[in-house]
Amino acid sequence: MMTLLLLIFPLLAAALVLAGGAKAAAKMALALTTIELLISVFVLNKFLKEGSEAFYVFYPWLQSPKISFHLSLDGLSLLMVLLTNLLLPIIVLSGFKRTISNAAGYFSLILLMQFALNGVFMAMDGLLYYIFWELALIPIYFIALRWGGPNRVNVTLKFFIYTLAGSLLMLFGFIMLYWYNPEHSFDIRELYRIYISDKNQSWLFWMFFLAYAVKIPIVPFHTWQADTYRESPTQGTMLLSGIMLKMGTYSLLRWLLPIVPMGVHQWGSVAITLCVIGIVYASVIAIKQKNLKNLLAYSSLAHVGLISAGIFALNMQGFQGSVVQMLAHGINVVGLFFCADIIFNRTNSINLDNLGGIRNLAPQFASVFMVIVLGSVALPLTNGFIGEFLLLYGVYEYNTWLSVFSGLTIILGAVYMLRMYKKVMLGNQGPRVLEFQDLHWNEMLALGILVVLIVVMGVYPKPIFEIAEPVLQTILNKTIIN
Amino acid sequence: MTANLINTPGLNYLGLLIPILPLIGFLVNGLLGKFLPKGITGWIGSLTVLGSFICTLLIFQKLGAGDAIRLDLFHWISFGNLDISFGLWIDPLTIIMLLVVTGVGFLIHLYSIGYMHDDEGFTRFFSYLNLFIFFMLLLVMGSNYLIMFIGWEGVGLCSYLLIGFWFKNDAYNDAAQKAFVMNRIGDLGFLLGIFFLLFNFGTLDIKAIEAIAPGLTMNGSLVVAITLFLFIGAIGKSAQIPLYTWLPDAMAGPTPVSALIHAATMVTAGIYMVVRSNVLFAMAPFTMTVILWIGVVTSVFAAVIGLKQNDIKKVLAYSTVSQLGLMFAALGVGAFSSGIFHLVTHAFFKALLFLGAGSVIHALHGEQDIRKMGGLRKFIPITYATFLLAALAISGFPLLSGFFSKDEILASDFEHGKIIWVILSLSSLLTAFYMFRLVYLTFFNTYRGSEESRHHIHESPWTMSVPLIILCVFSVLGGLLNLPDLVRSNHWMAHYLSAVTAPSATLLREHEPLSHGMEALLMSIAGAGAIVAILYARYIYVTRKTLPEEDAALHGFPKLVSNKFYVDELYEKFITRPVFKLSEWWGHFVDKLVIDRAVNGVAKSLEVSGKTLRLFQNGHTGFYVFAMVIGMVVFFIIRLLI
Amino acid sequence: MTQSITEVPLNWYILLSTFLFCIGIMGVLFRRNAIIILMCIELMLNSVNLLLVSFSSYKGNSDGQVFVFFIMVVAAAEVAVGLALLMSIYRNIGSTDIDVLNKLKW
Repeated sequence: MMTLLLLIFPLLAAALVLAGGAKAAAKMALALTTIELLISVFVLNKFLKEGSEAFYVFYPWLQSPKISFHLSLDGLSLLMVLLTNLLLPIIVLSGFKRTISNAAGYFSLILLMQFALNGVFMAMDGLLYYIFWELALIPIYFIALRWGGPNRVNVTLKFFIYTLAGSLLMLFGFIMLYWYNPEHSFDIRELYRIYISDKNQSWLFWMFFLAYAVKIPIVPFHTWQADTYRESPTQGTMLLSGIMLKMGTYSLLRWLLPIVPMGVHQWGSVAITLCVIGIVYASVIAIKQKNLKNLLAYSSLAHVGLISAGIFALNMQGFQGSVVQMLAHGINVVGLFFCADIIFNRTNSINLDNLGGIRNLAPQFASVFMVIVLGSVALPLTNGFIGEFLLLYGVYEYNTWLSVFSGLTIILGAVYMLRMYKKVMLGNQGPRVLEFQDLHWNEMLALGILVVLIVVMGVYPKPIFEIAEPVLQTILNKTIIN
Repeated sequence: MTANLINTPGLNYLGLLIPILPLIGFLVNGLLGKFLPKGITGWIGSLTVLGSFICTLLIFQKLGAGDAIRLDLFHWISFGNLDISFGLWIDPLTIIMLLVVTGVGFLIHLYSIGYMHDDEGFTRFFSYLNLFIFFMLLLVMGSNYLIMFIGWEGVGLCSYLLIGFWFKNDAYNDAAQKAFVMNRIGDLGFLLGIFFLLFNFGTLDIKAIEAIAPGLTMNGSLVVAITLFLFIGAIGKSAQIPLYTWLPDAMAGPTPVSALIHAATMVTAGIYMVVRSNVLFAMAPFTMTVILWIGVVTSVFAAVIGLKQNDIKKVLAYSTVSQLGLMFAALGVGAFSSGIFHLVTHAFFKALLFLGAGSVIHALHGEQDIRKMGGLRKFIPITYATFLLAALAISGFPLLSGFFSKDEILASDFEHGKIIWVILSLSSLLTAFYMFRLVYLTFFNTYRGSEESRHHIHESPWTMSVPLIILCVFSVLGGLLNLPDLVRSNHWMAHYLSAVTAPSATLLREHEPLSHGMEALLMSIAGAGAIVAILYARYIYVTRKTLPEEDAALHGFPKLVSNKFYVDELYEKFITRPVFKLSEWWGHFVDKLVIDRAVNGVAKSLEVSGKTLRLFQNGHTGFYVFAMVIGMVVFFIIRLLI
Repeated sequence: MTQSITEVPLNWYILLSTFLFCIGIMGVLFRRNAIIILMCIELMLNSVNLLLVSFSSYKGNSDGQVFVFFIMVVAAAEVAVGLALLMSIYRNIGSTDIDVLNKLKW
C-alpha cells in the first residue's frame, strides 16, 4: 500500500496545486514533493528491513490480452524512484523567485511528470509500463511548449514525434511478444520466461533498442536533444536530463537485456560501439559550443553514452557503474542546469562570449558551481568518479580498445568543462555581466544539498551497491546464461 | 618480503590524524574563513600541517626499517568479487615522503603567511594549500592504487586551483587549465594501468600485487603494458617529455605554490609511484629502459632550455623538470633508494630556491625578469646567502646535499652504461652553469632596475626568512641522510628503505658494484666539473658582465633555445587546434547538416509523399472510376498469383 | 438435329459474357455522359448475370440462378438511386458531363 501511495500521491498533488492557484503554487509544490520524498525515505527504510516483497502490488486488469496492474520495488526500481523523488523538490526549489506565468499549471504539470516517472520505474507489467512511458511524454511536451524559449514550437514538435516514433517501435515489440507468449500476458515474470527464437530476438532487440536509443539518446539518434534541452525552461530540462533519460537506461537493464539475451549477444557489439562513438563525438562537439545550455546538453550526451556502454559491457562492474552513474549524473546535471539558469537569470545571456568574471561578484556561487563541475568531470571523491571508474572498467573487461576510446572522456571532459568554467566565471567581467547577486536562499539550499550528495556519494557509495546488487545479479544471470 | 605489521591503537590514531588534520584545516578555512580574522586563518592552515609533521615524527620514532602500519578504514567499492577498501599504509618509504611533504609543507605555509599577507584571497589560499596537502598525503599513504589515484587526481585539482589563484588574469587561467588537462592525459594512462592490474591480479592492494608480481613472465606483454601505462601517468604528473610543458607555465601561480607543488611535492608523485611499485617495474626491464631514456633526454633537454630563460621562476621550473629527469634516470636503472634520496635533497634546495626567488620578487615588488635585477646581495643578504647555498647544493658542489645525492645516481647509471653517465654529467654541468648564471645576474654586479624601485628593496619579514634558513640548513647537511659506504658511514636511507626496495633487488640485473676507487674518481670528476662550471659562469657574468640579449636580438640556435624549442607551439598546432577544428566541424557540419538532415529528411519525405499522394484526389469522377477499375484488376492478378 | 441445337458450348457464353463486360467497362471509362455510364454499368451487371445463368444451366445447379435474382434486385435499386442523384445534379449544374463534376477533392 506504500507502493500505491508512493505512486498516486504526486497525481493528487498535481490536482491540489492546480486548484491552489498561482500564488501558492510554488510553495505547495515544494511542500508536496517534500512529503513525497519523506514517503520515499520511509519506503527505503522498510525496504532495508524487509526486502522487496513488502512492496508487491498486483491487480488483474484486463483479461485478453492479460494486462495486470503490477507494481514492485526491487533494488533498481527503488534507487530510480528515490532519485526521482529526491530531485523533484530540488527542481521545484529552482523554480522559486522566478516569474512564471500560470504557475499553477506549470507546477502541476511537473508533479504530473513525477507521477508518470514513478510509474515507469515501478511498473512490472509490459503494457502498464508502456502506458506510463508514453504518459511521461505529455507533461514535458506542454512544459516545453508553453514556457520554453523562442524556438520552442518546432523543437518540441520534433522532440515529441521523434520520441513517439521510437516508442511506437517498442509497442510493436510488445505486440510481437504478445504473439510469442501462449499465455498472452505482459507480466514481466512471464516475459522473462518465454522462449523466443534467435531470429525473432534480433527483431525484438532492434525494436526495443531503437526506442531506448532515441530516449537516452544514443548517437546517431540524438539530434533532438541539444535543441530541446536548450529551448525548454530550466525545470523542464532538469526533468528531461535528470530523470527522464534514466527511463531509457533503466529500461535497458530491466526490459531489454533480460528479455532478448540472444539478441543482445548478437547485436550488443554494435550497440556498445555506437555508445562509445557517441561519447567521443559528443565530448569533442561540446568543446566549441558557444551556448552554455548546448554545451551542457552535449556533455550530458557523452555521459549517458558511457552509462549505456557500461550496460552493454554485460558484467557486474558495468551494471553497478551504470546504476551509480545514473544517480550521479542525475544529481550533477540538475546542478549544472540550475547553475546555467542562475547565470541566465542574472545576466540574461547564455552565450559564453558574453560572460566572464562572475567569480569576482559571486564567490559562493563560484565555489558551488566548481564542485558540481568537478563531480561532472569525475574527480575522485565525487560521485561521478565512482560511476566513471566502474563503467570504464566494465567496458575494459569487454574490450580494451573501446575502453581507451571511452577513456578519452576523462581528458575531453576536463577540456570542455574547465574551458566553460573559465569563460563563464573567471577572467574579466564580460559585456553582459554588470551585476550578479550571489545565491538566494532557495538556490543555496538546493545547490547545497546537491553538493553534499556529490561528496557523500563519492566517499561512501556502499549502500547503493548493496541495494542494487541482487537485482543486477539476476539480470546478469539472465543475460549471460540464457 | 612481507613487512612486520604493527598494530597499536596509539600509532593507528596518529596515522589517521596525519591526513585528517589538513582536511580539517581546509574545511575550517574554506567554510568559516570569512568569519575569522586574517591572521588566524594563516596560522590555522600552517599549524594543521605542523600537527601532521609531529604525528609523522612520533610514528617515525617507533617504526623500524622492517615495520609497517596498515589502517583499513572502510569498504569503499565492494560488490561481487570486487573489493577496494579505503585503506592507509605506512612504511619507511611512506614515512620519508610524509616527512618531506609535511615538513617542507609546513615551512612553505609559514612562508606564505608573510608572502601572501597583502592578498585579498589570503584565507582562500590557505584552504587550498591545506587541501593540497591532504590529497598529497592520501597519495603517499594509500594502501591500494585507487587511493593513490584519489590523491593523484586531487593534487592535480589543487594545482589547478592554485596556479589559477589570481583568476582575474586570463593567461593564468589558461596555464591552470593546461596543467589540469595535461595531467589528465597522464591520468588516463594511470587509470588504464589500474584496469590492467585489477583485471589480471584481482586486487589493487599494493602489497598483494607485490606478492603476485614475481610470478608473472619477466618482460612479458602484461607486465610491460601495466608498467608503461603507470609510467604514462608519471610522465604527466612529473613533467617528463612529452607532457612537461605545463610545468613552466605553472609558474603563473604565487611563488609558494611553485615551491610546494612543483618543486617539493606534487611532481615527485611520479617518482614515489614508481618506487612504490618497484617490483612491477623490475619485472619489466623494457619499461625500465624507457624510463631511463626519457629521464636522461628530459634532463638534458630541459637543462639546455634553462640556459636561456630570463624569468627567475622559469629557470627554476626547467631546472625542476631536469632534476626530475635525473631522478627517473636513477629509477630506470633500479637505483630506487638513490632516486628517493635525490627527491628528498631536491625538495630541500628546490623549495629553498623558489622561496628565495619569492623573497626576491617580494623585495622588488613583483619584478621577475633577471635582466632587470642585479647587485641584490647587498640589499637582501639573508635571501642571498640561502639562495647561494641552495644553488651550490643543486649544482653538486662538494659535500653539500646535492653532491651526494647526485653522485649516487651518477654512479648507479655509470654501472649501467657509460654513455648515460656522460649525458647525465653533461646535464649536471649545464645545471651548475645556468643556476649560477641566475645567481650572478640576480645578486651580483650593480642593480639594473629603476632608481625608484631600488629604494623599496627590503629584506623579507621573519615568517619568510626563517623557513629559508631552516631549509638552508637541510640543503647543506642533507647529505648526512645517506652518505655512501665510501666514507664508511651507514648509508642510512638506503638501509631504511631496504625493506621496501628489497623485493625488486632480487629481480634486477646484478651489476658489479663499483670499486671504492672508481666511486671516488666519479665523485671527484662530478665535484670538479661543478666547480669549473660555476667558475666559468662567474667569468662570463661577473668578470665580463655579460647581459642576456633582448629577445629581438636573438637568431639561430640561441633563439630556438630561448623559445623553448617551440614545443608549446607545436602542441598548439598539431593537437589543440585540430581538436578545436574537429569540434567545430562535427558540431556544425556533421551534427547539423548530416545527421540532423537525415532526421529532418524523414519528416521531409513524409511531407513530400503527402504532397504527391494528394494529387490523386483531383476530383475527376472519371479518374476515380478508372482508379476503381485498376484496383479491381490488380486485385484479380494478385489473387491469381498467390 | 435436336442435338446440335442444345449443345451450345459453354465457352461461347463465357466469351460473350466477357465481351459484354469489357464493352461495359470501356463505356464506363470512356463515355462522358453520366446516363451512358449508368447504362454501361447495367451492361456489366447483366453480363455477369448471363455468365451465372449459363453456368447454372450447364452444371444443373440452381445456385447461380438464385444469385442472379440478387444481382437484378441490386441493379434495380442502384439504377433508381443513381438516376435520382443524376436528376438532382442535372437540376443544379445543368449538365450530365462527368468532367464538370470535379468538386470531390482536397
